[in-house]
Formats: sequence, C-alpha cells, structure tokens
Amino acid sequence: MTENSQQKLAPWVATLALVVAWWLVIRLFDIKSFILPTPWETLQAIYQFRYPLFVHGMATLATTLIGFVAAVVFGMALGILVGSSRLLYSGIYPLLVGFNSVPKAALVPVFVVWFGAGTIPAVCTAFMLSFFPVVANVATAFATIEPELLEVMRSLGATRWDMTRKIGIPRSMPFFFASLKIAVTLAFVGSVIAEIVAGNNGIGSVMLVASSNFNVPLVFAALVVVGVMGVGMYLIFDFFERRMTAWSVRGGDAMAQTIGG
Amino acid sequence: MSFIELTDVDLVYGGAARDKSTQTLAVSSVTLAIEHGEFLAIVGPSGCGKSTLLKLISGLVRPSRGKVAVDGKEVTHPLKTVGMAFQNATLLPWRNIRDNVMLPLEIVEPYRSRQKTDREKNRERAEMLLEKVGLSGFGDRMAWELSGGMQQRAQLCRALIHEPSILLLDEPFAALDTFTREDLWEVLQELWSFRKCTVILVTHELREAVYLARTVHVMSPRPGRILKTSIIDIPRPRTLESTFEPGFVDLVHDLRHHIALGKRH
Repeated sequence: MTENSQQKLAPWVATLALVVAWWLVIRLFDIKSFILPTPWETLQAIYQFRYPLFVHGMATLATTLIGFVAAVVFGMALGILVGSSRLLYSGIYPLLVGFNSVPKAALVPVFVVWFGAGTIPAVCTAFMLSFFPVVANVATAFATIEPELLEVMRSLGATRWDMTRKIGIPRSMPFFFASLKIAVTLAFVGSVIAEIVAGNNGIGSVMLVASSNFNVPLVFAALVVVGVMGVGMYLIFDFFERRMTAWSVRGGDAMAQTIGG
Repeated sequence: MSFIELTDVDLVYGGAARDKSTQTLAVSSVTLAIEHGEFLAIVGPSGCGKSTLLKLISGLVRPSRGKVAVDGKEVTHPLKTVGMAFQNATLLPWRNIRDNVMLPLEIVEPYRSRQKTDREKNRERAEMLLEKVGLSGFGDRMAWELSGGMQQRAQLCRALIHEPSILLLDEPFAALDTFTREDLWEVLQELWSFRKCTVILVTHELREAVYLARTVHVMSPRPGRILKTSIIDIPRPRTLESTFEPGFVDLVHDLRHHIALGKRH
C-alpha cells in the first residue's frame, strides 16, 4: 500500500478504533444504555429519529453558517484594521483576548434577554465563538509583513489601500483559511450550546428534550450529527485552502500557522 | 545644482524628542552631491547608518537636521519613482516572477491607469528585463522555485521596470555566494549602462563597490559621517579580470585603510 493511500485510510481506521473502544468499554464495565448507549444503539437512534434529526440538523447548520459568515466578515475587517496599525494592535488586542476568555455559554442568557429565545441568540453565540480565530490570524498576517516590502511599496507611492490589496490580503490568505477551519467548528459549538440553553429549534434543543426524557441514545445520535456536520464543513474549507493557497504550502515555509480560539 | 543633494544632514533615531539619553544619532553632518546618472557606492562598517542614508534619499525617513533635495525639490515625503532592492529578495510568493516584476506598474503613474490597455506591452517590458538579467523563460515560475541569486535578479528587474530615475540598492548581494555575487555585478553594470539611472549602492563589500561605482564614499562607525571619497576611474566595462589588476587592488586597499582608520577614532 502506498503512503498516500495509507494516509487516506488513516482517519477511517482511527474512527473505527474509537467505535470499537467505545463498545469494549461498555462490554467490559457492563454500562447501562441510559448511561452510555452502544454504537449500535446510537446508530439505531439516528435511523429511528432521522426525520427530526435532519430538520433540526439543517436548522443548526443554517444558524451556524449565518453566525460564521458574520464572524468571517467582521473578523477579516477587524483583523486588517488591527494588523495594519501598531496603535490599534496594542489598543484592541488585549480587549479581544479578554472577550475571547469569557465563557460564551454564560452569554446565552444575556442574548435571550436581549433578543428572546430562539435562533438569534444561537447566531450571536456562534458569531462570538468563531470571530476571534479569524481576527487573530488575519491580524498576525498583516502585522508580520516584511518591513522591506512595505518600504518598496511606499517608495513607489503606494497608498494604504494598495498595500492592503496587493500585499496584505493575499499574504493573509493561508492564515485566513487556516482560521476558517477552526472558526467553523467553533461556530457549531456556539450554536449548539445556545440551542441547549435557550433553543426551541435545532440539534441542541433535540439534545435537551432527549436528555430530559432519558433518551440517551438520541442524545448521542445528535452529538454524532453535529460531529459529522463539523467535519464536513472542515473538509470544505480544507479543500478551498488547498486550492487557493497552494503557494504557501509548496513554498516549503509553513507560513500557515493557526491560532486557536 | 546636483540631482541629489544632502546638506549637513543629521538623523536621530528613537527616544522622546526631549530625552537625549534614549536617542541614537545614526547619521551626522552628511553632505553629498550626486549627479544624474552617477553610480555611487557607500561603504562602511555595519551599523554605520548606510541604510539610513538610502531611507533619507527616498524620503522614507525625514532628516532631524539639514536638508535632502532631489531634482531641486526638498524631499518631504516618499519619492514616488524610486527603485529599491534589498538583501532579501522580498518577492511576493503568491505571484509568478513576471507578475512580481510588474508590481510597480500597478502602482506608479502613468503605468497604473494604463494597466489594462498596456497589458501586452508591459508583459513584453518585463520579459525584456528578465532576459537582460539572464532569466528569460522563467517568467511563469513561482519565486520559491528560483535560487537566491535568481531571486535577486528578479528583484533588480522589479526595481527597474517603471524606469525610476533613482535606484537604491541596500546590500543586494550580501546573502549570495561569491560566484553568484560576481555574476550579478556584471548584470548590474550591464543594466546600468543601458538604463543610465542614478544608482546608490550600499555595501560592506569593498571589491563590489570598486567594481561597480564611479564614486565611493567611506562612512565612519556610528554616528555615520563621510570620511573619504574616492573616484574610481577604471574604464568600463569592467570585468572580473580588472578586479585582479594592481590599480583595482590598490583602490580596495586604500578604502580598507580608511575604514580601519575610522574605527580607531
């Protein structure tokens, strides 16, 4: 088997190993299904509740993507602003870190007070959780442009916008795409948390209802659905990253470093 | 009146305006007159403010005292038509070599507003320059596919494509091996003989200065002052052979002697 096909197979093998370990633990310690359901029971739950899981899954996906898109637009703009000016960087960055340290679950009740229960608090939570990695990565890309390159541009009479457009934005793309992969998974975390706390809609609310009915297999089924959607979105952005920023990977210097949120 | 004139220029770096203890005097009382089409080299120990002189001339830095004038006008903000090249090639890794070379045409007027209509013409200009530096056929390659010396050749093209009247070179060959560097001396001499722009080369390599320049200024350690000016009258085109001739070697020795003297003071 070639190294390439081994690499392609590796995630499936690891997933299978996890499922086997999950099943073994239940077998060895004789765990009841209302504590931890077996993989098979979870699968059955997915099949049995496929319709509500699909509808609520789509609702969560929509909520997540709205929050995520808002976070990307806002994060990119703020990242460019913060990364282009040393003054803004030193002024705003500590604030951002502070914001990012606030447990987002604690914000959900505040959003509910402001907007009422439902989709909007979930969108806000998804946004709050996912904008930071975008800001941090774009700001880093802008703040680390080689000073000589800026001198070349300035001595040609380039405007600030020229430098942003010709250098800053293309240069930040590897950082940006790397941050998208993290941001989209965090957006899922945000919307599901909000749905659990105050949703009448979405996978999170399914989990809340299921756990209050002691339908633990359904809780796990919902978790699997969220996980699969997260991996799916991750793969989509991974694909775009490879397509758009091949220069940074093949150039040899691993510029695309990611700062987690 | 000369093309570029520095009159009694000081430059102080860093620190608050009133706190003399944190300030560094980078350049002190420099007076220079540079003629049109001159090839001038500035040599000196590292940290003597050579690069600072380039920033002063290009207007990236304003002098703390004295006056910098280009073409009779005082320099108060970055000059718009300067070509620059550095020790790092600073090519944009997401562009191929041709698009890297054409970057100034997207910024400097009048090329900027004629970009769309002159696309073909600009491409040809880039190809012609690339050919001059021995990079014909490499236009479609990405920067990282080229060796360090080839990247420097491309950088020279980028610095010249908009036909600047001044070319500022800040130790452009310092990171290269000796053979590549000597090749690039020839390339630069050739470019200069065909473009005839005013070149100011900062270097710590004395042979490079003597090989390329018509006038060599020796700077003292910080704060940089001009200690000595040599006129190099070796006929052109100079070849690597000329670097072994007694006249050449004597000039290099003499410059080294003055740098050593400067260090002792």
